[in-house]
Amino acid sequence: MLARRIGTAALLFLIVVSVTFALIRMAPGDPAAFLVPAGASASEVARVRAELGLDRPMPVQYARWLGAMLRADLGASLGTARPVADMLAEAAPVSLALGTASLMLTFLIGVPLGMLQAARRGGCIDRGLTVATTLVYAAPTFWLALALVALFTYGAATLGLPAGWRLPAFGIRTPGVQLEGWAAVVDVVRHSVLPVGILAAVGAAGIARYARSSVADVLHLDFIRTARAKGATERAVFGRHVLANILPAMVVLFALSLPGVVAGSIFVESVFAWPGLGRLTLNAILARDYPVVMGATVVYSAAVIVANLAAELALPLLDPRREAA
Amino acid sequence: MRVRPRIVLDRGARWSALVLAAMVVACVSVPWFAAGDPLAIGDVLGLRLLPPLASDHTGQLHLLGTDRFGRDLFVRMMLAGRVSLAVGIVGSVLAAGLGTLVGSIAAWRGGWLDRVLMALADALLSIPRLVLLLVCAALWEPGLTTVVVVLVATGWMGVARMIRAEVLGVTSQPYVQSAVALGVPSWRVLWRHALPNALGPAIVATTLGVGNAILLESGLSFLGMGIQPPQPSWGNMIAGGRDLIVTAPWVAIAPGVALVITVLAATLIGDSLRDRLAGERVTGRRDLADRA
Repeated sequence: MLARRIGTAALLFLIVVSVTFALIRMAPGDPAAFLVPAGASASEVARVRAELGLDRPMPVQYARWLGAMLRADLGASLGTARPVADMLAEAAPVSLALGTASLMLTFLIGVPLGMLQAARRGGCIDRGLTVATTLVYAAPTFWLALALVALFTYGAATLGLPAGWRLPAFGIRTPGVQLEGWAAVVDVVRHSVLPVGILAAVGAAGIARYARSSVADVLHLDFIRTARAKGATERAVFGRHVLANILPAMVVLFALSLPGVVAGSIFVESVFAWPGLGRLTLNAILARDYPVVMGATVVYSAAVIVANLAAELALPLLDPRREAA
Repeated sequence: MRVRPRIVLDRGARWSALVLAAMVVACVSVPWFAAGDPLAIGDVLGLRLLPPLASDHTGQLHLLGTDRFGRDLFVRMMLAGRVSLAVGIVGSVLAAGLGTLVGSIAAWRGGWLDRVLMALADALLSIPRLVLLLVCAALWEPGLTTVVVVLVATGWMGVARMIRAEVLGVTSQPYVQSAVALGVPSWRVLWRHALPNALGPAIVATTLGVGNAILLESGLSFLGMGIQPPQPSWGNMIAGGRDLIVTAPWVAIAPGVALVITVLAATLIGDSLRDRLAGERVTGRRDLADRA
């Protein structure tokens, strides 16, 4: 069973990689033409094509690319001539930190909000939160980011807020200042408040919308009535029975929200100029740096597939009923 | 006899439908009645970056102010709305259509075709949609057609999976099996019995997809890979106000408000339809991955 699932995931990954390869090769234009200086002779272009292996038949190119990729060799960037794997490895920690911090906050905020809404279903709190979460959910990440930048720079200055309230809008560290120890940490945290906060807010809005309906589905089941009839407090009902029953759904959701985090981080890194994977991908796409684009797509898809696989494998542990199924 | 479900929207969704209708009417009509060409650049120095509700030297009122080239923001915003709404609706409907087609073919034919189509759907679902969109958008000439094509190409998988499950579920029902036993041709079984049952979830997915498509279009345009200026779209208008965000925030904020109102209305209508039509069959899960 385990081997079968891993096999399916591996096959899926192979298809993704092949689809990516096909997509990139369908692109009009000759990558070699980008590389040679303007006004280069036809023989010059042909030499570059041969160097890149672009003159070989398509199946040969595909096999070579696949073989190299399985050895974690993603080729060299057309723009910087550096190995793509190195560029990705440099950018990954920034995105990983951004993604992890915001995903954790997403669930820590989103799940309790959804539970609160379901517990007070139809009441003022529920309706207010529904409007708020749907509103945040309907707003594009990049626009929220810009609006908050305006609020904490332009707004904070206009309203005469103390300097501590004016959050830095760009980058990860204050440039040109050497900070030591605690001050350096505070500096990074101050720079992270807006990017992480926005990703977490958008994510939490989606999770709350989903958790609300999951909890509402559980609340009318028999065992909840039994628990209440036994005299369990509302706190015990929610903390024990409801949470245990929506946990599997939340784990699946954790895996499923990964693509959303990727999308969000592309915008957030772009707006706040964070040197992460998202910005690397975006710049590579704008510059038509195909090896980097392919490498980043492969990394993103691998993350999604691994997360889905992990969720699938974790499910029986969280919900023993699924073992039998 | 076919029973048609009576669709009664709840109060929130009725308001949303009204707001959406008003937005469509405004987007269609406002640029018609507007004084001057919203794309033309005139007296830049005299007109640029007027704040909301300001009047220029000719006494012309600019409801939401002007952008850096002195163009009226409100009129441009409504003009942009035409593009954004059209892209959202057309992109979502076509994606749902393609998904329905692929899903029903997969379920109907079964065998290797089913496996190939679903493997392709799963593979495309494993690539974050925004990345897929960006890659596709970067490969071809940016513009209106590319955006719609790319939205359709990256948006059919969820619907296809759902329709396939619906059709397979219906196919095992006794009334469908008796229709088959009576010698009804299989395309007719699909058309008369299987698809009408799958219609509810498909409609819900389409409605929720409109909001997502509008968000994705705006995201692409914001990043410079969607609708190209001077043709305005909400996304590229926000991009245009990006570096003015500290000095003239209204330029980027205003189109975003129009966008949020529209997506909010579409989402509320979709939510309401989901509660009424689809029950548990369309979950909110895919929305999480699809948004921009």
